[in-house]
Amino acid sequence: MKRVVILGGGTGGTIVANQMVRQLRQDIDAGAVEITVVSNTEQHVYQPSFLYVAFDLTAPSDAKRPERQVLDRRIRLVQGEADRVDPREHAVVMSDGVQLPYDFLVIATGSRPAPEEIEGLAEGGHHFYTEEGALKLREALQSFTGGRVVLVVGVPHKCPVAPLEFTLMLHDWLAARGLGPSSQIVYTYPIGRPHSLEGVSDWVKPVFEARGIDSHIFFNPELVDPVAGTVTSLEGETLSYDLLVAVPPHVGQEVIARSGLGDSGNWVPTDRHSLLMQGTDDVYVLGDATNLPISKAGSTAHFQADVVAGNIVQRLRGGHGSLRYDGKVFCFIETSLRKATYITFDYQRPPQPVVSGSLLHLYKLAFNHMYWLSAAGIL
Amino acid sequence: MDTAKIVDARGSYCPGPLMELIKGIRREAIGTTLEIWSSDRGSAKDIPEWAARAGHELVSSTEEDGIYKIQVRKAR
Repeated sequence: MKRVVILGGGTGGTIVANQMVRQLRQDIDAGAVEITVVSNTEQHVYQPSFLYVAFDLTAPSDAKRPERQVLDRRIRLVQGEADRVDPREHAVVMSDGVQLPYDFLVIATGSRPAPEEIEGLAEGGHHFYTEEGALKLREALQSFTGGRVVLVVGVPHKCPVAPLEFTLMLHDWLAARGLGPSSQIVYTYPIGRPHSLEGVSDWVKPVFEARGIDSHIFFNPELVDPVAGTVTSLEGETLSYDLLVAVPPHVGQEVIARSGLGDSGNWVPTDRHSLLMQGTDDVYVLGDATNLPISKAGSTAHFQADVVAGNIVQRLRGGHGSLRYDGKVFCFIETSLRKATYITFDYQRPPQPVVSGSLLHLYKLAFNHMYWLSAAGIL
Repeated sequence: MDTAKIVDARGSYCPGPLMELIKGIRREAIGTTLEIWSSDRGSAKDIPEWAARAGHELVSSTEEDGIYKIQVRKAR
């Protein structure tokens, strides 16, 4: 029997597993192939919903389902904490000592927000990158009566358009509650323009100006003083705030560190085209877990899953697995509470800005539900 | 001479080469040199500009066949 172990039951791992099953049903039913997903949580969470949770537009329960229900019934689900990956023994070792041997391993462990990386941020700031964080921010926004809202951005972070989306949605939200005149939104960004993508920057500058949003560039948050209500950048600028919202820095998972597989941020060195972990030919890596210089986003994991699942299936059938990832990313961008746009790009082609509109916003809302078809390996 | 740590950000539009440098340099010891590889011409301008603002040292900046290689030493 050939064994495929997928470490991580998030977007990337779940899509890989379900896509493989769709092509290997007969082999699995015949006992020739076994696909195992290891997940340390019972629930599969559609993380983009947290942005909407913060604005009280949806509830956390709307965006999670049991991982067992999301996975095809032919997939074995092991719920528990992996202690480490042992590439030499070709096995995942669980925290209870159980070993899961593999012929192919997929590392899809994702990333986690790490507000503790910035001194004072966990105490003084809010974020919308976990259910708990989004709910706390929701309550802070509900009790907000006007003042200065500062948005800071840690590096690296998941969903590169989230800083803009939160800022533009916040502007709408404050205006709708009559708090616009008594509030000021201050947007900060780590590099020398308001977004990594030049086209998005060019688009958002006049939007910020028209909406009275203050923008500070070259601002990498280094120190938050919750008592004084200030945030200071490593470039030496200090801003005062009444409400601080962060897109927190992210780190790779501890299991990567315990396995000795990652760099200093626990990101796994990965070949940018084959998605094989560097130095191996039976370990694939996808999604946030890689060290690749591309967006940490669900669409990235989805496009990479197509390559990883296709190559493993082909290799199980005696082929070579020749699919190559081209760096493709697709992101919707909510530009207000009623309009949206999108960008798409890859290693070779920069994104072209698209005019925002209400139809794209409706499509984004629809995708929030259609996501489950993607996770099922159908869409 | 110390070897520079390579940060291969070729083809990175988002988060982009400068963000990759910031990500890498934050976790390195003072004195470490990072060499960022970029296919974006803008990197030759914005990486030195950020390094100066952040108090790091620009070691070198070269271009060959459309690939920009910029070395920055962590100074603080």
